[in-house]
This record gives sequence, C-alpha cells and structure tokens, in this order.
Amino acid sequence: MASGALTEQTPVVARPGVDFWRRLRRDRAAVAGGVIIVAFVLIALLAPVLSAVSGNNPYDYDLDALGPNTAPKGFGGGISARHWFGVEPLTGRDLFSVVVYGARTSLLVGITATVVSVALGVVIGVVAGYVGGWTDRIVSRVTDVIFGFPSLIFIIALGAIVPASFPKSFLIVLVIGFFGWPTIARVVRGQTLALKERNYVTAARASGAGPLHVMASELLPNLTATIIVFATISIPGKIGAEAALSFLGVGVPPPTPAWGRSIGDAIAWVGIDPMFLVFPGAALFLITMAFNLFGDGLRDVLDPRTGRAR
Amino acid sequence: MTFARFVLSRLAGMVIVLLAIALISYLIFYLLPANPAQLSCGRPCTPDRLAQAEAFMGLDKPWWAQFLTFLGGFFVGRTFGVGGTAIHCDAPCFGYSFRLSESVTQLIAERAPVTFSIAIGAAVLWLLLGVSTGVASALRRGSLIDRSLTTLSVAGVSAPAYLVGLLGIFLFGFTLNMVPVGGYVPLTQSPVQWLWHLILPWIVLALLNAAIYTRLTRGEMLEVMGEDYIRTARAKGLREGRVVGRHALRNVLIPVATVFGLDLGSLLGGAILTEKVFAMQGLGSLLLDAVGNLDLQVLVGVTLFSAFLIILANVVVDISYGLLDPRVKAGG
Repeated sequence: MASGALTEQTPVVARPGVDFWRRLRRDRAAVAGGVIIVAFVLIALLAPVLSAVSGNNPYDYDLDALGPNTAPKGFGGGISARHWFGVEPLTGRDLFSVVVYGARTSLLVGITATVVSVALGVVIGVVAGYVGGWTDRIVSRVTDVIFGFPSLIFIIALGAIVPASFPKSFLIVLVIGFFGWPTIARVVRGQTLALKERNYVTAARASGAGPLHVMASELLPNLTATIIVFATISIPGKIGAEAALSFLGVGVPPPTPAWGRSIGDAIAWVGIDPMFLVFPGAALFLITMAFNLFGDGLRDVLDPRTGRAR
Repeated sequence: MTFARFVLSRLAGMVIVLLAIALISYLIFYLLPANPAQLSCGRPCTPDRLAQAEAFMGLDKPWWAQFLTFLGGFFVGRTFGVGGTAIHCDAPCFGYSFRLSESVTQLIAERAPVTFSIAIGAAVLWLLLGVSTGVASALRRGSLIDRSLTTLSVAGVSAPAYLVGLLGIFLFGFTLNMVPVGGYVPLTQSPVQWLWHLILPWIVLALLNAAIYTRLTRGEMLEVMGEDYIRTARAKGLREGRVVGRHALRNVLIPVATVFGLDLGSLLGGAILTEKVFAMQGLGSLLLDAVGNLDLQVLVGVTLFSAFLIILANVVVDISYGLLDPRVKAGG
C-alpha cells in the first residue's frame, strides 16, 4: 500500500521518546501551532486574572461606552485604555473579557467532545476489528447510517426539543462527540485488523489470554500513537462545530461567552462595527489553525502511514 | 458481478440506510417530551381540545402506527382529520406544517432552489480550483508555489466559511460596494441579479473548500506519479501534458470524487451557515425557523430530505467509481 520512501525512513508506529521530540521540533509549523495552543490554554486558565487586570468581566454592561445608536463610541469599536478590544455593540460588555472567557468555552467543549468520540471510537473500533464477523458488520452498517446523517441539522433540531432542564452545554458536548466516533473507529479498526495477525498477539492468545486482556494489554498500547494523532486532528473540527452551533444561536447558552455567538451577533453590525467580528473571529481562526498545524506535524512524526493515506 | 447488479445492490443499501435514518429521527423527534399537539392547541388548552388536536395530527395512535403512516405518506400521501376541515397532503408527503399551513414537500420545493444555487455553483468552482492547484502543487513539488499553496490550504481549512463570508460582506459589500450585502433573487426573475447575489457566497465557499481538495489532490497526485504505468506512458514517448491529463488525473479523480460527493450532498441538504450569513431563505433557514418554532413536521421532513441527498450523492459516487475505474466494474 504505502510505497517506498516514507516507510523506509520511519517505522509505522514510532515510540514517543527523544527521537520523537527532536523530529517534532524540526517541523517549524508544528512548533508554531504548539506554541499558540499553549498560549490559548494559558489564556483560558487565566481568564479571570486577565480580565481582572483589564478591570472588567465579561458580564457587566457598560452603556457609557456606547453612542446614541447603541454602537460602540470611538475608534475601532470602542478600543480604549479600559476596553482593550473595544466593547460589544448594544450591551457595552468588554470584548477583551468576552474573547478571553470564550477561549474557555471553545477549548472545554472542543476537548471534552473529542474525549467522548475518541473513547467511543477506540472501544468500538478495537472490538469490531478484533471480534470481527457479525459485530464488525453491524458496526460498519451503523457507521454508514451516521455518515449519512445530516449531523449539523440533527444537532440543531435536537437542541430545540430536549427539555430545558437538561444542561445545554453538556448536551452539545455529547452530540458533537457522538457524531465524531465513526471516523476514529474506522481507523482504529483498520489498525486492529493489521495488529491482530502479529506474532505477539497470537502468542498471548495461545498462552490463554482472553479477548478482553488481548484488546486492553496487547492491542491498545500499540494503537496509542494513532489515537493521539487522530484525537489532535479532530479537535479543530469539534471546536468549529461548537462555534457553528453558537453562531446559529443554538450552542452554549448565553451569557456564557462563546466566540461563535459573538460572530453571529456581529452579522447585524458588520457594516458599522467590523471590529466586533474581527477579535472573536481571529481567536477562532488562530486556535483552529494551531491545532491543524500541530496535528499535521504530529501525524507526520508518529504515524506517517495514515498520514499518507488521507 | 455485473454492473447492473452492482448498481442495484447500492440502491438497496441506500434504501435500508434511509429507512434507518427515518426511523431514528422519527423516534427521537416524536418520543421526546415536546408535544406538537400541545403547541398547536394554543392557550387555554382544555384536555378536550388537546385530544382533538392529537387525533387530528394522528398522535393518538401508537408510535409504530404513526411511523408507518408517515412512511406511507411518501408513496400515497396522507390526510389529517376528517370531513370538511381535513387537510390533504399529496404524495410524496414529507409531513405537513400546521404552523405554515403548507405541506413540507411544498416548503422544500420552494426553498431548495436557493440552497441548490448556492451549493452547485460553489461546488463547481471549488472542484476546478482545488484540483488544478493540487496538480500544480504536486508537479512543482517543493517549489515556492507548492509551499505557498500548502500554507494557504491550512489557512483555508481552518477558517470557518461564515467568518470569511462576513469579512467578505464587510469588504466587498459595505466598504467597496461591489456586491449586495445579502439576499437572493430567483434565476427565473432576473438571471443577472441571481448571479450578482450569488457571486460572493460562491467565491467564499469555493476558496475555503478548495483547500481540502488541494491537499487531497496533491497527495494523490504525488503517489500516482510514482507508479509504473506513468513511467511506461512516459517511456512510450507521450508528452507530459498527456501523461498527466489522461493517465495520472484519471486515477487521482477517484478519491477526489468520494470527498466531493459527500461535501456536495451535505451542502445541498442545507447550507445553514452560509444562508444565515448572506440572508438567503433556503433549506437551512427553513430548518432554523422550524427549530425556533418547534415545528416537528418540518424538522423531520427536512432532516430526512438532507439525509436523502447525502446518501444519494454517496451512491452516485459509488456508481461513478464503476465508470471511472474499470477494476471496480470487473471485480465487484
């Protein structure tokens, strides 16, 4: 399948170690991505501190910062010593705090949804690949159904009819995560099929290990690299999904700051106050790109074969 | 396996997947606590009137009977209520919106041209753009063009279409005043205005989606160009243009077609985000309205219609494999 050059240089699954870090460091794009990710994680963790330093929080209205038409007063959407990124039109909330707290929402939803789909995908993929037969066939039918599902449409519709008592943010994490598992399951299944013919698996089975033991102790450790790569690659998609839902007004409920919602609100203001679009938009673009760059780099180092296949 | 049997088995698989999706969406949307009869009953809603509304909508029957009636609606249509106040919904009936007093089929037929105009125009553009830049990138591997295209495509993959769309509206709509800031004009009303309103959404969607195709085409192209039959084609003295065009591209297009089918299918089912940004009343906005008003009939109908388009696109791709790649046709 994979021809020549790439597979000769690197083993299919490299063991994370000194070599791994050296090779990852050589990829300047991946390093840049990693640095941006770390920066955003710090911003998200320190959000209360950062907005306190600027003397604001993301919830307080500041009607004094608005002009008579409820658009922000002054240059660049109301940029001032007090409001570093200006203010939200209509409410006068501090845009810097909104963007900084928005990082929490994005990263939290993006990463937990990824955990949900990776957990589901790995378990389902390993079982389907190892057990095979009917289990495998059923899993691939279910996968077909999920791929055929208009997932964004479905998530929007589901949000509308689930009882209000069910926490909305939790629902979003669950559904975004749920629709993500087939991609990971497919890759893990393929790898499992290849691994289960290896001698050490046969040896484990011959010495009386049960299927659960083989899957957990023999297969899983050898799938780690693939799982890490696919988890990283799928985070930006999850962040994008949350932002899209919030953009449509069916995501994380207000007043919790979310970049997507700010961008959605900016539609009405884009002719008057473009900076209201620019700051949350830039944040969303940067974090997505950072994860893409880092994920690509990680894939090239850890798992060149699947990298080539896509 | 003959080609006809291959096509038939794909179509049968499509029907099964569609049925599964219909059942799942029906169950989820109708068994959850939101009661459509309660919503249309209004206030004050006496138990009598609620029962009446439920009987009218057919909600008093067990869920499987409701589902069968719903499925039957596709083939023979269905009637809500009896006597003079009865509402008839002709086949193929995707449901009936009591809120809009219109059948879902009719609503879809009204809104689909908007979404289809956006999706098809954009898809043609991004396919041309993505494949040509991908080929150029692969043929000049490592050159400045290749490296800038690779960087640009990461940026394109990372930027949400609604964000770039809004920036486009700000720049070309408000600041430069070159294109309208939103809205849709039917093709039948004014082809020029139609094009004029669509040009910005097309370009935005095409630029961003092309990024994926550039990466995909480049990767496939690099792999294919190392194959033996390319060397053979060169060895027998074919010019490079012909080697790339006839021998390499044909094989590169197969994986590209897979992704294209999926993307086009899901975009046809509702360009929800794009429609919102450009204030166009397509299937996506129909669905968002339905969500806001808990119009379950429209929700299920549009979800199913979108699923149908996605799966249809998949089947078309599968079948075109058979045409593009003789090995599929022969080997099955």
